[in-house]
Amino acid sequence: MTDTHRTIDAVWRIESARLIAGLARMLRDVGLAEELAQDALVTALEQWPQTGVPDNPGAWLMTTAKRRAIDRLRRHKLVERKHEQLVHEWDREHESAEAVAERTLDDPFGDDLLRLIFTACHPLLSMEARVALTLRLLGGLGTDEIARAFLVPEATIAQRIVRAKRSLAKSDVAYEVPRGDELAERLAAVLGVIYLIFNEGYAATTGDDWMRPGLCEDALRLGRVLAGLMPREPEVHGLVALMEIQASRARARTDARGEPILLLDQDRALWDRLLIGRGLAALEQARRLGGELGPYALQAAVAACHARAATAAETDWPRIAALYAVLARVAPSPVVELNRAVAVGMASGAAEGLALVDALGDEPSLRHYHLLPAVRGDLLARLGRGEEASREFERAATLTRNRREQAMMRERARACR
Amino acid sequence: MRCMVIVKATAESEAGVMPSQELLAAMGKFNEELVKAGVMLAGEGLAPSARGARVTFSGKQRHVVDGPFTETKELVAGFWLWQVKSLDEAIAWVRRCPNPMEGESVIEIRPVFEAEDFGEAFTPELREQEARLRAQLGHE
Repeated sequence: MTDTHRTIDAVWRIESARLIAGLARMLRDVGLAEELAQDALVTALEQWPQTGVPDNPGAWLMTTAKRRAIDRLRRHKLVERKHEQLVHEWDREHESAEAVAERTLDDPFGDDLLRLIFTACHPLLSMEARVALTLRLLGGLGTDEIARAFLVPEATIAQRIVRAKRSLAKSDVAYEVPRGDELAERLAAVLGVIYLIFNEGYAATTGDDWMRPGLCEDALRLGRVLAGLMPREPEVHGLVALMEIQASRARARTDARGEPILLLDQDRALWDRLLIGRGLAALEQARRLGGELGPYALQAAVAACHARAATAAETDWPRIAALYAVLARVAPSPVVELNRAVAVGMASGAAEGLALVDALGDEPSLRHYHLLPAVRGDLLARLGRGEEASREFERAATLTRNRREQAMMRERARACR
Repeated sequence: MRCMVIVKATAESEAGVMPSQELLAAMGKFNEELVKAGVMLAGEGLAPSARGARVTFSGKQRHVVDGPFTETKELVAGFWLWQVKSLDEAIAWVRRCPNPMEGESVIEIRPVFEAEDFGEAFTPELREQEARLRAQLGHE
Protein backbone atom coordinates (compact mmCIF):
# COMPACT_ATOMS: atom_id res chain seq x y z
CA MET A 1 0.00 0.00 0.00
CA THR A 2 1.25 3.50 -0.80
CA ASP A 3 1.37 6.21 1.84
CA THR A 4 -1.73 7.84 0.39
CA HIS A 5 -3.64 4.57 0.44
CA ARG A 6 -2.68 4.01 4.07
CA THR A 7 -3.80 7.53 4.87
CA ILE A 8 -7.13 6.94 3.11
CA ASP A 9 -7.53 3.73 5.08
CA ALA A 10 -7.02 5.63 8.34
CA VAL A 11 -9.34 8.46 7.31
CA TRP A 12 -11.98 5.91 6.40
CA ARG A 13 -11.75 4.31 9.80
CA ILE A 14 -12.31 7.67 11.47
CA GLU A 15 -14.92 9.09 9.11
CA SER A 16 -16.95 6.23 7.67
CA ALA A 17 -19.52 5.89 10.47
CA ARG A 18 -20.30 9.61 10.54
CA LEU A 19 -20.36 9.72 6.76
CA ILE A 20 -22.82 6.83 6.47
CA ALA A 21 -24.88 8.17 9.38
CA GLY A 22 -25.17 11.64 7.83
CA LEU A 23 -26.07 10.25 4.40
CA ALA A 24 -28.59 7.84 5.89
CA ARG A 25 -30.36 10.75 7.59
CA MET A 26 -30.75 12.47 4.23
CA LEU A 27 -31.63 9.40 2.19
CA ARG A 28 -33.55 7.42 4.83
CA ASP A 29 -31.83 4.33 3.46
CA VAL A 30 -28.86 2.81 5.25
CA GLY A 31 -27.92 0.51 2.39
CA LEU A 32 -27.85 3.31 -0.16
CA ALA A 33 -25.99 5.55 2.28
CA GLU A 34 -23.28 2.94 2.71
CA GLU A 35 -23.01 2.46 -1.04
CA LEU A 36 -22.57 6.18 -1.64
CA ALA A 37 -20.02 6.44 1.14
CA GLN A 38 -18.12 3.62 -0.54
CA ASP A 39 -18.34 5.47 -3.87
CA ALA A 40 -16.82 8.54 -2.24
CA LEU A 41 -14.05 6.36 -0.86
CA VAL A 42 -13.33 5.00 -4.35
CA THR A 43 -13.21 8.56 -5.70
CA ALA A 44 -10.73 9.47 -2.97
CA LEU A 45 -8.61 6.46 -3.88
CA GLU A 46 -8.56 7.68 -7.48
CA GLN A 47 -7.94 11.37 -6.81
CA TRP A 48 -5.92 11.76 -3.63
CA PRO A 49 -2.78 10.02 -4.93
CA GLN A 50 -2.60 12.85 -7.53
CA THR A 51 -4.03 15.81 -5.64
CA GLY A 52 -2.76 14.93 -2.19
CA VAL A 53 -4.93 14.36 0.87
CA PRO A 54 -7.21 17.39 1.43
CA ASP A 55 -6.87 19.39 4.63
CA ASN A 56 -10.22 18.23 5.83
CA PRO A 57 -10.67 14.73 4.43
CA GLY A 58 -13.94 14.11 6.27
CA ALA A 59 -15.63 17.16 4.78
CA TRP A 60 -14.27 16.27 1.33
CA LEU A 61 -15.75 12.78 1.54
CA MET A 62 -19.08 14.14 2.74
CA THR A 63 -19.29 16.72 -0.05
CA THR A 64 -18.39 14.11 -2.68
CA ALA A 65 -20.90 11.62 -1.33
CA LYS A 66 -23.69 14.21 -1.19
CA ARG A 67 -23.07 15.15 -4.82
CA ARG A 68 -23.32 11.50 -5.75
CA ALA A 69 -26.49 11.18 -3.73
CA ILE A 70 -28.15 13.97 -5.69
CA ASP A 71 -26.91 12.64 -9.03
CA ARG A 72 -28.25 9.25 -8.28
CA LEU A 73 -31.60 10.47 -7.03
CA ARG A 74 -32.03 12.55 -10.19
CA ARG A 75 -30.97 9.71 -12.44
CA HIS A 76 -33.24 7.17 -10.87
CA LYS A 77 -36.09 9.64 -10.48
CA LEU A 78 -36.76 8.47 -6.98
CA VAL A 79 -39.76 9.62 -5.01
CA GLU A 80 -40.21 13.28 -5.76
CA ARG A 81 -40.77 14.36 -2.19
CA LYS A 82 -37.65 12.63 -0.97
CA HIS A 83 -35.78 14.26 -3.81
CA GLU A 84 -36.98 17.77 -3.02
CA GLN A 85 -36.29 17.35 0.61
CA LEU A 86 -32.79 16.20 -0.19
CA VAL A 87 -32.07 19.06 -2.59
CA HIS A 88 -33.39 21.43 0.00
CA GLU A 89 -31.04 20.07 2.62
CA TRP A 90 -28.23 20.07 0.15
CA ASP A 91 -28.79 23.76 -0.65
CA ARG A 92 -28.86 24.63 2.97
CA GLU A 93 -25.70 22.68 3.53
CA HIS A 94 -23.95 23.81 0.38
CA GLU A 95 -21.38 25.76 2.25
CA SER A 96 -17.64 26.01 2.51
CA ALA A 97 -15.63 22.95 3.46
CA GLU A 98 -14.67 24.74 6.67
CA ALA A 99 -18.27 25.28 7.63
CA VAL A 100 -19.08 21.64 6.91
CA ALA A 101 -16.09 20.59 8.98
CA GLU A 102 -17.20 22.88 11.76
CA ARG A 103 -20.60 21.23 11.85
CA THR A 104 -19.14 17.78 11.49
CA LEU A 105 -17.41 18.34 14.80
CA ASP A 106 -20.62 19.55 16.39
CA ASP A 107 -23.14 17.46 18.18
CA PRO A 108 -26.08 17.01 15.80
CA PHE A 109 -24.02 14.30 14.16
CA GLY A 110 -24.18 12.41 17.40
CA ASP A 111 -27.88 11.87 16.75
CA ASP A 112 -27.13 10.53 13.29
CA LEU A 113 -24.64 8.08 14.72
CA LEU A 114 -27.13 6.93 17.34
CA ARG A 115 -29.77 6.37 14.65
CA LEU A 116 -27.26 4.31 12.70
CA ILE A 117 -26.35 2.22 15.76
CA PHE A 118 -30.00 1.51 16.59
CA THR A 119 -30.75 0.62 12.98
CA ALA A 120 -27.75 -1.71 12.62
CA CYS A 121 -28.81 -3.48 15.84
CA HIS A 122 -32.50 -3.64 14.91
CA PRO A 123 -34.30 -6.64 16.44
CA LEU A 124 -35.82 -7.60 13.09
CA LEU A 125 -32.32 -8.66 11.97
CA SER A 126 -30.70 -11.90 13.05
CA MET A 127 -28.00 -11.58 15.69
CA GLU A 128 -25.33 -12.52 13.14
CA ALA A 129 -26.58 -9.85 10.76
CA ARG A 130 -26.58 -7.21 13.51
CA VAL A 131 -23.00 -8.03 14.41
CA ALA A 132 -21.77 -7.91 10.82
CA LEU A 133 -23.67 -4.73 10.03
CA THR A 134 -22.50 -2.98 13.21
CA LEU A 135 -18.84 -3.79 12.55
CA ARG A 136 -19.21 -2.75 8.94
CA LEU A 137 -21.19 0.48 9.38
CA LEU A 138 -19.90 1.65 12.75
CA GLY A 139 -16.56 -0.07 13.18
CA GLY A 140 -15.36 0.82 9.68
CA LEU A 141 -14.29 -2.79 9.13
CA GLY A 142 -14.17 -4.28 5.65
CA THR A 143 -16.08 -7.45 4.80
CA ASP A 144 -12.75 -9.30 4.64
CA GLU A 145 -11.76 -8.12 8.13
CA ILE A 146 -15.09 -9.19 9.62
CA ALA A 147 -14.80 -12.58 7.89
CA ARG A 148 -11.29 -13.07 9.27
CA ALA A 149 -12.39 -12.13 12.77
CA PHE A 150 -15.22 -14.65 12.76
CA LEU A 151 -13.36 -17.34 10.81
CA VAL A 152 -16.02 -17.58 8.09
CA PRO A 153 -15.67 -17.12 4.32
CA GLU A 154 -15.81 -13.53 3.12
CA ALA A 155 -18.76 -14.38 0.83
CA THR A 156 -20.79 -15.42 3.88
CA ILE A 157 -20.31 -12.06 5.57
CA ALA A 158 -20.98 -10.18 2.32
CA GLN A 159 -24.22 -12.15 1.93
CA ARG A 160 -25.21 -11.44 5.51
CA ILE A 161 -24.70 -7.71 5.04
CA VAL A 162 -26.55 -7.58 1.72
CA ARG A 163 -29.48 -9.48 3.17
CA ALA A 164 -29.55 -7.33 6.30
CA LYS A 165 -29.63 -4.14 4.24
CA ARG A 166 -32.39 -5.59 2.09
CA SER A 167 -34.49 -6.52 5.16
CA LEU A 168 -34.08 -3.03 6.54
CA ALA A 169 -35.13 -1.46 3.25
CA LYS A 170 -38.06 -3.82 2.75
CA SER A 171 -39.51 -3.43 6.22
CA ASP A 172 -39.26 0.35 6.01
CA VAL A 173 -37.69 0.56 9.46
CA ALA A 174 -37.91 4.10 10.80
CA TYR A 175 -34.43 5.60 10.83
CA GLU A 176 -34.56 7.05 14.31
CA VAL A 177 -33.57 6.64 17.92
CA PRO A 178 -36.41 4.87 19.75
CA ARG A 179 -38.13 6.75 22.54
CA GLY A 180 -40.05 6.00 25.71
CA ASP A 181 -40.77 2.39 26.56
CA GLU A 182 -39.23 1.14 23.34
CA LEU A 183 -35.86 2.68 24.16
CA ALA A 184 -34.99 0.32 27.03
CA GLU A 185 -35.66 -2.77 24.95
CA ARG A 186 -33.85 -1.48 21.87
CA LEU A 187 -30.90 -0.26 23.92
CA ALA A 188 -30.61 -3.73 25.44
CA ALA A 189 -30.36 -5.09 21.88
CA VAL A 190 -27.58 -2.61 21.04
CA LEU A 191 -25.63 -3.45 24.20
CA GLY A 192 -26.14 -7.15 23.48
CA VAL A 193 -24.54 -6.81 20.04
CA ILE A 194 -21.54 -4.90 21.39
CA TYR A 195 -20.99 -7.36 24.22
CA LEU A 196 -21.30 -10.29 21.81
CA ILE A 197 -18.56 -8.79 19.64
CA PHE A 198 -16.42 -8.29 22.73
CA ASN A 199 -16.97 -11.84 23.93
CA GLU A 200 -16.26 -13.34 20.55
CA GLY A 201 -12.88 -11.67 20.80
CA TYR A 202 -12.34 -12.34 24.49
CA ALA A 203 -13.25 -16.01 24.65
CA ALA A 204 -13.08 -17.24 21.09
CA THR A 205 -15.64 -20.02 20.96
CA THR A 206 -13.98 -21.90 18.13
CA GLY A 207 -10.55 -22.39 16.65
CA ASP A 208 -7.02 -22.35 17.99
CA ASP A 209 -6.86 -18.89 19.49
CA TRP A 210 -8.06 -18.25 22.99
CA MET A 211 -8.50 -14.54 22.20
CA ARG A 212 -8.91 -12.33 19.16
CA PRO A 213 -7.90 -8.97 20.60
CA GLY A 214 -8.95 -7.00 17.51
CA LEU A 215 -12.62 -7.72 18.17
CA CYS A 216 -12.26 -6.74 21.84
CA GLU A 217 -10.78 -3.41 20.79
CA ASP A 218 -13.54 -2.82 18.24
CA ALA A 219 -16.23 -3.58 20.83
CA LEU A 220 -14.58 -1.39 23.46
CA ARG A 221 -14.36 1.45 21.00
CA LEU A 222 -18.04 1.08 20.08
CA GLY A 223 -18.92 1.00 23.77
CA ARG A 224 -16.92 4.14 24.50
CA VAL A 225 -18.53 5.89 21.54
CA LEU A 226 -21.99 4.89 22.77
CA ALA A 227 -21.18 6.13 26.28
CA GLY A 228 -20.30 9.50 24.77
CA LEU A 229 -23.57 9.55 22.83
CA MET A 230 -25.81 8.38 25.68
CA PRO A 231 -24.12 9.66 28.83
CA ARG A 232 -27.33 9.44 30.90
CA GLU A 233 -27.84 5.69 30.40
CA PRO A 234 -26.34 3.79 33.35
CA GLU A 235 -26.23 0.44 31.57
CA VAL A 236 -24.09 1.86 28.75
CA HIS A 237 -21.50 2.83 31.36
CA GLY A 238 -22.06 -0.55 33.01
CA LEU A 239 -21.21 -2.38 29.81
CA VAL A 240 -18.17 -0.17 29.18
CA ALA A 241 -17.00 -0.82 32.75
CA LEU A 242 -17.43 -4.56 32.29
CA MET A 243 -15.48 -4.60 29.02
CA GLU A 244 -12.69 -2.31 30.28
CA ILE A 245 -12.11 -4.46 33.36
CA GLN A 246 -12.27 -7.74 31.45
CA ALA A 247 -9.93 -6.39 28.77
CA SER A 248 -7.50 -5.33 31.51
CA ARG A 249 -6.73 -9.01 32.06
CA ALA A 250 -5.89 -9.80 28.44
CA ARG A 251 -2.14 -9.93 29.02
CA ALA A 252 -2.50 -12.28 31.98
CA ARG A 253 -4.91 -14.75 30.42
CA THR A 254 -2.38 -16.85 28.53
CA ASP A 255 1.09 -18.17 29.26
CA ALA A 256 4.11 -17.95 26.95
CA ARG A 257 2.81 -20.90 24.90
CA GLY A 258 -0.63 -19.37 24.52
CA GLU A 259 -2.26 -21.72 27.04
CA PRO A 260 -5.13 -20.17 29.00
CA ILE A 261 -4.63 -19.16 32.64
CA LEU A 262 -7.76 -18.95 34.78
CA LEU A 263 -8.65 -15.78 36.67
CA LEU A 264 -7.51 -16.90 40.11
CA ASP A 265 -4.19 -18.19 38.81
CA GLN A 266 -3.38 -15.09 36.79
CA ASP A 267 -0.41 -12.90 37.58
CA ARG A 268 -2.26 -9.78 38.65
CA ALA A 269 0.80 -7.67 38.04
CA LEU A 270 0.08 -8.15 34.34
CA TRP A 271 -3.38 -6.64 34.60
CA ASP A 272 -3.64 -3.34 32.81
CA ARG A 273 -4.04 -0.67 35.49
CA LEU A 274 -5.08 1.99 32.98
CA LEU A 275 -8.04 -0.09 31.80
CA ILE A 276 -8.95 -1.06 35.37
CA GLY A 277 -8.97 2.63 36.34
CA ARG A 278 -11.19 3.44 33.35
CA GLY A 279 -13.49 0.53 34.18
CA LEU A 280 -13.88 1.54 37.83
CA ALA A 281 -14.60 5.12 36.74
CA ALA A 282 -17.26 3.93 34.29
CA LEU A 283 -18.85 1.78 37.01
CA GLU A 284 -18.86 4.78 39.34
CA GLN A 285 -20.58 6.75 36.59
CA ALA A 286 -23.28 4.06 36.29
CA ARG A 287 -23.78 4.18 40.08
CA ARG A 288 -23.95 7.98 40.16
CA LEU A 289 -26.76 8.01 37.63
CA GLY A 290 -28.85 6.28 40.28
CA GLY A 291 -31.44 3.53 40.30
CA GLU A 292 -30.81 -0.15 40.73
CA LEU A 293 -27.76 -1.44 38.90
CA GLY A 294 -28.59 -3.28 35.69
CA PRO A 295 -27.16 -6.62 34.58
CA TYR A 296 -24.03 -5.17 32.92
CA ALA A 297 -23.23 -2.86 35.83
CA LEU A 298 -23.71 -5.77 38.25
CA GLN A 299 -21.33 -7.95 36.26
CA ALA A 300 -18.91 -5.02 36.14
CA ALA A 301 -19.21 -4.72 39.93
CA VAL A 302 -18.20 -8.38 40.21
CA ALA A 303 -15.27 -7.80 37.85
CA ALA A 304 -14.34 -4.77 39.95
CA CYS A 305 -14.14 -6.97 43.08
CA HIS A 306 -11.51 -9.07 41.33
CA ALA A 307 -9.72 -5.99 39.98
CA ARG A 308 -9.49 -4.46 43.45
CA ALA A 309 -8.03 -7.58 45.06
CA ALA A 310 -4.23 -7.38 45.05
CA THR A 311 -4.02 -11.18 45.35
CA ALA A 312 -6.52 -13.95 44.62
CA ALA A 313 -6.65 -14.69 48.36
CA GLU A 314 -7.86 -11.16 49.09
CA THR A 315 -10.91 -11.50 46.82
CA ASP A 316 -14.10 -10.35 48.55
CA TRP A 317 -16.11 -13.52 47.80
CA PRO A 318 -19.03 -12.73 50.11
CA ARG A 319 -19.55 -9.47 48.20
CA ILE A 320 -19.31 -11.27 44.85
CA ALA A 321 -21.83 -13.87 46.03
CA ALA A 322 -24.15 -11.05 47.13
CA LEU A 323 -23.80 -9.31 43.74
CA TYR A 324 -24.65 -12.56 41.94
CA ALA A 325 -27.69 -12.95 44.19
CA VAL A 326 -28.90 -9.52 42.98
CA LEU A 327 -28.04 -10.41 39.39
CA ALA A 328 -30.01 -13.66 39.73
CA ARG A 329 -33.02 -11.53 40.65
CA VAL A 330 -32.57 -8.77 38.02
CA ALA A 331 -31.58 -11.04 35.15
CA PRO A 332 -32.15 -14.65 36.19
CA SER A 333 -30.43 -17.29 34.10
CA PRO A 334 -28.84 -20.69 34.68
CA VAL A 335 -25.43 -19.22 33.79
CA VAL A 336 -25.79 -16.55 36.48
CA GLU A 337 -26.83 -19.30 38.93
CA LEU A 338 -23.69 -21.24 38.01
CA ASN A 339 -21.53 -18.19 38.65
CA ARG A 340 -23.30 -17.64 41.95
CA ALA A 341 -22.47 -21.25 42.84
CA VAL A 342 -18.78 -20.56 42.20
CA ALA A 343 -18.86 -17.44 44.40
CA VAL A 344 -20.78 -19.18 47.17
CA GLY A 345 -18.32 -22.07 46.92
CA MET A 346 -15.51 -19.62 47.60
CA ALA A 347 -17.35 -17.57 50.23
CA SER A 348 -18.98 -20.35 52.26
CA GLY A 349 -17.23 -23.54 51.22
CA ALA A 350 -17.21 -26.02 48.34
CA ALA A 351 -20.08 -28.07 49.77
CA GLU A 352 -22.51 -25.14 49.64
CA GLY A 353 -21.37 -24.28 46.13
CA LEU A 354 -21.84 -27.87 45.03
CA ALA A 355 -25.40 -27.87 46.40
CA LEU A 356 -26.22 -24.90 44.12
CA VAL A 357 -24.58 -26.58 41.11
CA ASP A 358 -26.45 -29.81 41.72
CA ALA A 359 -29.70 -27.87 41.86
CA LEU A 360 -28.89 -26.91 38.26
CA GLY A 361 -28.16 -30.50 37.26
CA ASP A 362 -31.17 -31.02 35.01
CA GLU A 363 -31.19 -27.54 33.49
CA PRO A 364 -31.71 -28.27 29.79
CA SER A 365 -30.08 -25.06 28.58
CA LEU A 366 -26.82 -26.05 30.31
CA ARG A 367 -26.74 -29.59 28.96
CA HIS A 368 -24.07 -28.68 26.43
CA TYR A 369 -22.40 -25.93 28.45
CA HIS A 370 -18.85 -27.03 29.26
CA LEU A 371 -18.52 -24.75 32.28
CA LEU A 372 -21.17 -26.69 34.23
CA PRO A 373 -19.05 -29.84 34.49
CA ALA A 374 -15.91 -27.67 34.77
CA VAL A 375 -17.28 -25.88 37.84
CA ARG A 376 -18.68 -29.09 39.31
CA GLY A 377 -15.31 -30.76 38.77
CA ASP A 378 -13.54 -27.92 40.53
CA LEU A 379 -15.83 -28.08 43.57
CA LEU A 380 -15.56 -31.88 43.75
CA ALA A 381 -11.77 -31.67 43.56
CA ARG A 382 -11.76 -29.24 46.48
CA LEU A 383 -13.90 -31.68 48.45
CA GLY A 384 -11.30 -34.40 47.79
CA ARG A 385 -13.59 -36.37 45.43
CA GLY A 386 -10.91 -36.75 42.74
CA GLU A 387 -12.46 -39.60 40.71
CA GLU A 388 -15.76 -37.77 40.26
CA ALA A 389 -13.94 -34.50 39.58
CA SER A 390 -11.87 -36.12 36.86
CA ARG A 391 -14.98 -37.43 35.10
CA GLU A 392 -16.49 -33.94 35.16
CA PHE A 393 -13.38 -32.37 33.61
CA GLU A 394 -13.34 -35.04 30.89
CA ARG A 395 -16.94 -34.23 30.14
CA ALA A 396 -16.15 -30.49 30.01
CA ALA A 397 -13.36 -31.23 27.51
CA THR A 398 -15.79 -33.00 25.18
CA LEU A 399 -18.22 -30.08 25.34
CA THR A 400 -15.95 -27.14 24.44
CA ARG A 401 -14.98 -26.46 20.84
CA ASN A 402 -11.98 -24.33 21.77
CA ARG A 403 -8.93 -26.56 21.43
CA ARG A 404 -6.87 -24.78 24.06
CA GLU A 405 -9.70 -25.06 26.55
CA GLN A 406 -10.06 -28.76 25.72
CA ALA A 407 -6.40 -29.30 26.50
CA MET A 408 -6.71 -27.45 29.79
CA MET A 409 -9.73 -29.52 30.87
CA ARG A 410 -7.95 -32.80 30.00
CA GLU A 411 -4.95 -31.63 32.01
CA ARG A 412 -7.14 -30.96 35.05
CA ALA A 413 -8.81 -34.34 34.61
CA ARG A 414 -5.39 -36.03 34.70
CA ALA A 415 -4.31 -34.04 37.74
CA CYS A 416 -7.36 -35.17 39.73
CA ARG A 417 -6.95 -38.88 39.13
CA MET B 1 -2.37 -0.61 19.28
CA ARG B 2 -1.64 2.16 21.71
CA CYS B 3 0.29 5.29 20.87
CA MET B 4 1.74 7.93 23.08
CA VAL B 5 1.23 11.26 21.38
CA ILE B 6 3.69 13.82 22.69
CA VAL B 7 3.39 17.59 22.44
CA LYS B 8 6.89 19.07 22.44
CA ALA B 9 7.69 22.12 24.52
CA THR B 10 8.36 25.61 23.18
CA ALA B 11 10.03 28.66 24.71
CA GLU B 12 6.56 29.96 25.65
CA SER B 13 5.36 26.70 27.23
CA GLU B 14 8.65 26.51 29.16
CA ALA B 15 8.16 30.10 30.29
CA GLY B 16 4.81 29.08 31.75
CA VAL B 17 2.75 31.14 29.29
CA MET B 18 -0.77 29.70 29.47
CA PRO B 19 -2.58 28.98 26.19
CA SER B 20 -5.11 31.52 24.92
CA GLN B 21 -8.83 31.12 25.48
CA GLU B 22 -9.27 30.25 21.79
CA LEU B 23 -6.63 27.55 21.89
CA LEU B 24 -8.05 26.08 25.08
CA ALA B 25 -11.50 25.96 23.48
CA ALA B 26 -10.16 24.38 20.28
CA MET B 27 -8.18 21.81 22.25
CA GLY B 28 -11.20 21.09 24.42
CA LYS B 29 -13.22 20.40 21.31
CA PHE B 30 -10.53 18.16 19.85
CA ASN B 31 -10.28 16.21 23.10
CA GLU B 32 -14.04 15.78 23.09
CA GLU B 33 -13.79 14.40 19.56
CA LEU B 34 -11.15 11.92 20.69
CA VAL B 35 -13.28 10.77 23.61
CA LYS B 36 -16.38 10.47 21.45
CA ALA B 37 -14.49 8.38 18.92
CA GLY B 38 -13.37 6.06 21.70
CA VAL B 39 -9.73 6.85 20.93
CA MET B 40 -8.51 8.70 24.03
CA LEU B 41 -7.37 6.60 26.97
CA ALA B 42 -5.55 9.32 28.89
CA GLY B 43 -3.97 12.70 28.43
CA GLU B 44 -2.32 15.40 30.52
CA GLY B 45 -0.55 18.71 30.14
CA LEU B 46 2.74 19.10 31.97
CA ALA B 47 4.05 22.03 34.02
CA PRO B 48 7.24 23.68 32.69
CA SER B 49 10.49 21.84 33.36
CA ALA B 50 11.38 24.59 35.87
CA ARG B 51 9.05 22.77 38.25
CA GLY B 52 10.56 19.36 37.51
CA ALA B 53 13.75 17.48 38.28
CA ARG B 54 16.02 14.90 36.70
CA VAL B 55 17.99 12.07 38.15
CA THR B 56 21.08 11.24 36.13
CA PHE B 57 22.78 7.86 36.36
CA SER B 58 26.44 7.04 35.97
CA GLY B 59 27.30 3.50 36.94
CA LYS B 60 26.08 3.23 40.52
CA GLN B 61 26.05 7.01 41.06
CA ARG B 62 22.82 8.97 41.12
CA HIS B 63 22.72 12.69 40.76
CA VAL B 64 19.67 14.95 41.07
CA VAL B 65 19.40 17.98 38.78
CA ASP B 66 16.63 20.52 39.31
CA GLY B 67 14.84 22.09 36.32
CA PRO B 68 14.60 24.09 34.17
CA PHE B 69 16.36 22.23 31.39
CA THR B 70 17.81 23.94 28.38
CA GLU B 71 17.11 21.76 25.34
CA THR B 72 13.58 23.18 25.05
CA LYS B 73 12.57 21.47 21.80
CA GLU B 74 13.30 18.02 23.22
CA LEU B 75 11.19 18.58 26.31
CA VAL B 76 7.64 17.30 26.68
CA ALA B 77 4.82 19.77 27.33
CA GLY B 78 1.98 17.27 27.32
CA PHE B 79 0.89 13.85 26.16
CA TRP B 80 -2.03 11.63 25.25
CA LEU B 81 -2.39 7.89 25.25
CA TRP B 82 -4.54 6.76 22.33
CA GLN B 83 -6.07 3.44 21.30
CA VAL B 84 -5.91 3.29 17.52
CA LYS B 85 -5.92 0.69 14.75
CA SER B 86 -2.64 1.81 13.20
CA LEU B 87 0.06 4.47 13.24
CA ASP B 88 -1.70 5.94 10.20
CA GLU B 89 -4.87 6.40 12.19
CA ALA B 90 -2.89 8.22 14.89
CA ILE B 91 -1.34 10.43 12.20
CA ALA B 92 -4.78 11.17 10.74
CA TRP B 93 -5.96 12.26 14.20
CA VAL B 94 -2.91 14.43 14.86
CA ARG B 95 -3.41 16.13 11.50
CA ARG B 96 -6.75 17.44 12.71
CA CYS B 97 -5.38 18.57 16.08
CA PRO B 98 -5.25 22.36 16.47
CA ASN B 99 -1.71 23.71 16.57
CA PRO B 100 -1.02 23.16 20.29
CA MET B 101 1.22 26.25 20.54
CA GLU B 102 1.32 29.75 19.17
CA GLY B 103 3.61 29.62 16.12
CA GLU B 104 5.82 26.60 15.44
CA SER B 105 5.29 23.36 17.30
CA VAL B 106 5.83 19.61 17.04
CA ILE B 107 3.70 16.60 17.99
CA GLU B 108 5.46 13.25 18.07
CA ILE B 109 3.68 9.88 17.83
CA ARG B 110 5.28 6.86 19.46
CA PRO B 111 3.70 3.39 19.44
CA VAL B 112 3.68 1.71 22.85
CA PHE B 113 5.69 -1.52 22.92
CA GLU B 114 3.68 -4.69 23.26
CA ALA B 115 5.32 -7.62 25.05
CA GLU B 116 5.43 -9.44 21.67
CA ASP B 117 7.70 -6.73 20.25
CA PHE B 118 10.53 -7.88 22.50
CA GLY B 119 10.45 -11.35 20.96
CA GLU B 120 12.99 -13.85 22.23
CA ALA B 121 14.88 -11.25 24.26
CA PHE B 122 11.91 -10.89 26.60
CA THR B 123 12.56 -14.03 28.62
CA PRO B 124 10.16 -15.40 31.24
CA GLU B 125 12.51 -14.02 33.93
CA LEU B 126 12.36 -10.53 32.43
CA ARG B 127 8.60 -10.82 32.13
CA GLU B 128 8.41 -11.72 35.79
CA GLN B 129 10.62 -8.81 36.70
CA GLU B 130 8.45 -6.41 34.74
CA ALA B 131 5.40 -7.96 36.33
CA ARG B 132 6.76 -7.23 39.81
CA LEU B 133 7.38 -3.64 38.80
CA ARG B 134 3.85 -3.26 37.52
CA ALA B 135 2.53 -4.77 40.74
CA GLN B 136 4.27 -2.11 42.79
CA LEU B 137 3.13 0.67 40.50
CA GLY B 138 -0.44 -0.50 40.50
CA HIS B 139 -0.82 -1.48 44.13
CA GLU B 140 -3.94 0.25 45.35
